[in-house]
Amino acid sequence: MTSVGTPLERQDARAKVTGTATYAYEHRVEGVLYAWPVTSTVAKGRVVDIDMDSAMATPGVVAVLHADNAARLETNIDLGPVQQASVPELFVLQSKKIAYRGQIVAAVIASSAEAAREGAEKLVVHCEEQAHDVVFRARDPRAYVPSVLGDLGPGNVNRGDADAALEAAEVVVDVAYSTPAQLPHPMEPHSTLASWTEGRLTLYSSEQGPSNTSQAFAALLAMDADDVEVVCDYVGGGFGAKAAPRPPAVLAVLAAKLVGRPVKVAWNRRLMTAHATYRSPTAQRIRLGADGQGKLSAIVHEAQHMTSALSDYVDQTASSARMMYAAEHARTTATAVRLDVPSAGWMRGPGETPGMFGLECAMDELAHRLDLDPIELRIRNEPEVDPSDGKPFSSRNLVACLQTGAEQFGWVSRDRRPGTRRHGRWLVGTGVAASRYPVFTVPSRASATAETDGTFTVAIGAVDIGTGSRTVLAQIAADALEVPVARVRLDLGRASYSAAAFAGASLGTASWGWAVDKAGRVLRDRLRDGAPLGTTVDVDTTEEVSAMRDVSRNAYGAQFAEVKVDAVTGQIRVERMLGVFAAGRIINPRTARSQLIGGMIMGIGGTLMEAADIDETFGDFVQSDLAGYHFPTHADIGDIDVVMLPETDDELSPVGGKGIGEIGVVGAAAAVANAVHHATGRRFRDLPLRLEDLRNASPASMSLHQSLR
Amino acid sequence: MKTDHTSEVTLRINGTEEKVLVDHRVTLLDLLRDRLGLTGTKKGCDHGQCGACTVLLNGRRANSCLKLAVAAEGATVVTIEGVADLTEGDGLHPLQEAFVANDAMQCGYCTPGQICSALGALAEADAGWPSHVTPDVTAGVKSASELGAEEIRERMSGNLCRCGAYHGIVAAITQVASGSNR
Amino acid sequence: MKPFAYQRADSIDDAISAIANHPGTAYLAGGTNLVDLMKLGVSRPRALVDISHLPLDHLTHRDGHTVIGALATNATVAADPVIRTDFPVLSESILAGASGQLRNSASTAGNLLQKTRCTYFQDVSKPCNKRAPGSGCPARTGAHRDLGILGVSTSCIATQPSDMAVALSVLDATVSLRSAAGERTVKLQDFYVAPGTTPHRETVLEHGELLTQVAFPALPAGATSRYRKVRDRWSYAFAVISVAAVVVLDAHGRIEQVRIAWGGVAPRPWRAYLAEAELRGRRPSPELFERTLRAELRHATPLPQNEFKVDLVKDVTTALLTDLAHPAEDRKVTR
Repeated sequence: MTSVGTPLERQDARAKVTGTATYAYEHRVEGVLYAWPVTSTVAKGRVVDIDMDSAMATPGVVAVLHADNAARLETNIDLGPVQQASVPELFVLQSKKIAYRGQIVAAVIASSAEAAREGAEKLVVHCEEQAHDVVFRARDPRAYVPSVLGDLGPGNVNRGDADAALEAAEVVVDVAYSTPAQLPHPMEPHSTLASWTEGRLTLYSSEQGPSNTSQAFAALLAMDADDVEVVCDYVGGGFGAKAAPRPPAVLAVLAAKLVGRPVKVAWNRRLMTAHATYRSPTAQRIRLGADGQGKLSAIVHEAQHMTSALSDYVDQTASSARMMYAAEHARTTATAVRLDVPSAGWMRGPGETPGMFGLECAMDELAHRLDLDPIELRIRNEPEVDPSDGKPFSSRNLVACLQTGAEQFGWVSRDRRPGTRRHGRWLVGTGVAASRYPVFTVPSRASATAETDGTFTVAIGAVDIGTGSRTVLAQIAADALEVPVARVRLDLGRASYSAAAFAGASLGTASWGWAVDKAGRVLRDRLRDGAPLGTTVDVDTTEEVSAMRDVSRNAYGAQFAEVKVDAVTGQIRVERMLGVFAAGRIINPRTARSQLIGGMIMGIGGTLMEAADIDETFGDFVQSDLAGYHFPTHADIGDIDVVMLPETDDELSPVGGKGIGEIGVVGAAAAVANAVHHATGRRFRDLPLRLEDLRNASPASMSLHQSLR
Repeated sequence: MKTDHTSEVTLRINGTEEKVLVDHRVTLLDLLRDRLGLTGTKKGCDHGQCGACTVLLNGRRANSCLKLAVAAEGATVVTIEGVADLTEGDGLHPLQEAFVANDAMQCGYCTPGQICSALGALAEADAGWPSHVTPDVTAGVKSASELGAEEIRERMSGNLCRCGAYHGIVAAITQVASGSNR
Repeated sequence: MKPFAYQRADSIDDAISAIANHPGTAYLAGGTNLVDLMKLGVSRPRALVDISHLPLDHLTHRDGHTVIGALATNATVAADPVIRTDFPVLSESILAGASGQLRNSASTAGNLLQKTRCTYFQDVSKPCNKRAPGSGCPARTGAHRDLGILGVSTSCIATQPSDMAVALSVLDATVSLRSAAGERTVKLQDFYVAPGTTPHRETVLEHGELLTQVAFPALPAGATSRYRKVRDRWSYAFAVISVAAVVVLDAHGRIEQVRIAWGGVAPRPWRAYLAEAELRGRRPSPELFERTLRAELRHATPLPQNEFKVDLVKDVTTALLTDLAHPAEDRKVTR
């Protein structure tokens, strides 16, 4: 009786196809009011005065919330190292200082959403404007090295003497890459319904972490976390944007506190560009030193980011370069430039995504220089142990991924010469890149109850943002309890269930699953020992997690892309894509496949179209809606497939999975960009690969008349 | 010229007549979600740029976020809550079943719009309507049953999915388009 | 959005009189652009007159003329068998725009009257000469990658985003404008006005005047017509540039007639009249097309981010004209 490993139907699929799945904004409470924010129209300065008369005179308007009447939040709060970078953005309306254009400076609360928005349009906010600095430039002399990055590692890491090794290297690749700011844009915009009852706060909120959000609000409001319930029954995607509470939720809480009634807020796309976080742009320089056989001696990866005046968050863009390949000498440096812009944060595969674009393109460039197959180059540099710290790998099947993919994709017969395949007006090419994402496992709690009707209820403060966790955790619970999955009811999405980590860093299944597995086993044993029906057990995996051996744990993959480039227009089509992943045990191949493909599709978007540019005059993002910020639609996606290599790894949580939420996006951009090089014979090192960039490079193979011949 | 800012509207929604007094600013989407409790229809962008709000309006797919409720007076609306009733029997609509079978969703937020849009797209194809990728617009297409993946992708492109469930969605629609159980 | 009055017009005359003498009022048809702009605060009508139930959704082909009612939906027009057979360029242009659901709602007149997608026009917190006359244009030094290179002015470089208008332009369409004083007919080319120093004025339409229908004559026998659109996403995106073309060859294979219009490059569909005149009577070749189009584009005034559009529109037009003039089996137009 094993459910784990079977393609069980997504447990909430029927609720989703019938429209009965209830998302944050859709909860109903009596007497609810609506709030609409007013945001700063300067990038730096302070609020001097607010003229409220006209807004207050608007029919339906109940109140104006602003810095002078907003409840004071606790300022000295510690949400732990992972969440701490998100804290400064939570101090909504706590000061009159404006740190970026789009910052919340007031809000109008009304009896209808229409009235709130009308009132907000009428509110006149007078600001004192100061000169702003919003331009992100490569090699900015002001760039600083942050002490800690998003993965909690240091900004600068040195191994050996990389400069000397580069000096001595037979072949050196020294290239610059850039990636733009990208916006997570989950389909469900941030929305929160905040309701106070008898000193307790309930937030129906679109969050990736009900427990975290509860803890954050408890800290901000100096409350007991037990008095802050966070309900996230269904969440319409997150991709990092909801991995910590964001300003919309704080605004709902402050508004509800001011008026003493429940308040709903729902963000629109323009507001999301300011408050939903974004992937920082990067300016990267990569140097690879190798011998004539392609054996790497040195890797130097430097990546510059942008931070806001409020937040120090910096992606771990260069970290992968420390451990992907066996080079004796390596230096990885992440730097940041502080600008008067909205705060960057997590977006799916933070750091690894832009960093592996650079590194995996550079590897392709090195292979090309050596006239070596890029898969062979990677195999020649396969390390025995983690090169960054000498630790053994728990398992590492990158080479198997590359080789399996090569076989299935038809790589073997590939002609390496770039710019030589033409079908009518289309230039055709293929590319490969490696993927890697670290395994994070964190302590979690879960409870399990033997119901009197013979079913079991397992509850955990986890969340299903579309990943399938509701399904895979039920499978894990069923196996632990040794019952069919139909007898398990899996409750998640509420902070009041046993505390669990957020849905982020691909850690959910391993971390939550461990607690669910333990709860199931403990309950099963208790029942065997004679415990009565109705028994509940509550477990915690802190001890087990801290007892994990100190080894290097990562998921790996290889991505293959076939592209065609329109020689007349420069437009790119990804015709075919294959991802091969070794990510430990796959709990549910059906939902896993969807998630991995989804990551690859986000990777295609990031390669070909996704970019948010800061407007130099105004300091906000130019692409302020979904017509301006393109991400892939149906027509952009050709044949796409995934292979999940069987992998057993005894150094993981008992669940045996490494996490698959992010690895699909990592490496996808490099595979596509390398394929574009193979198609056109030109290197494009700046994302996205816009048609004008392809045209401006005007490789010989793209001449108009040749395509008309 | 009238000066009222509200009007009473009557719509037939999922077979039920609804009579509501609406502020003229209220869109059909907000009427469904905020006033009638039909929250299956989703607000993803509120500007016709994502398709999450797609419903069948007088039999054709439409973005409910750009339709003022007052202007929908007299209209017949089918939302995701009414899709199962479009077929006989107690179960789900075959398209809903196909979405489940093909795991054509992740977070689920775009799903109702995808399903309503697919119903509209299949009807359009059955009417012979060509699409941007139809090789010969003059010939059009014969019926939905001949739509290949490229046609379905183009016809569904007004429905964004950030999770990237496109693969499963196209598989689900293909399955239904080629079947006889529509 | 500020509150507004609403009424459903019972007749065309009713509609016109309800708008004509009331400033700040607007016609509502499909709403796909107007409601969008009202939410943004760009359009702030006091009252809407809903014309969507007026009998203006006709689509007729009679006596060598096609007439499309203002309220015929984009979807209906694109799917019309005669349009598809005789004017594929029009069908293709509509199908290359927006999405299936938007085309079901959007009207013919609304499509022609849709507003620019310039980011500054859409953001009421920023200056824009088109939206707020005299406030300035941040686009020239800001984001202008998607904006115009032909027929623009120092006040405004916005583009007209309609795909359908580009096709109608090569069909030599006219629009009928009805007011209390009667009806007038205006060539589509003259319907849109140059931005100059008054970019807020986009068409010759007067307040209260109702665009009732679009008409165009049959194409000459043997004419071929196509629409080609370049965009940043393979569907559901506005044009970076687009090209509509009609080609008629004479018995000797020379160009008897050619009509070329561009989208995404100007405040109106840009008819390449100079190039058309130059090409007439000549033997088609890619080199000739390219040379001639380059001359047409000599007057382009691109800015750094959209300079690429000059060559892009030239190349795509050259390829399209080559396809239309040499319909070879092995070189089908790839859209």
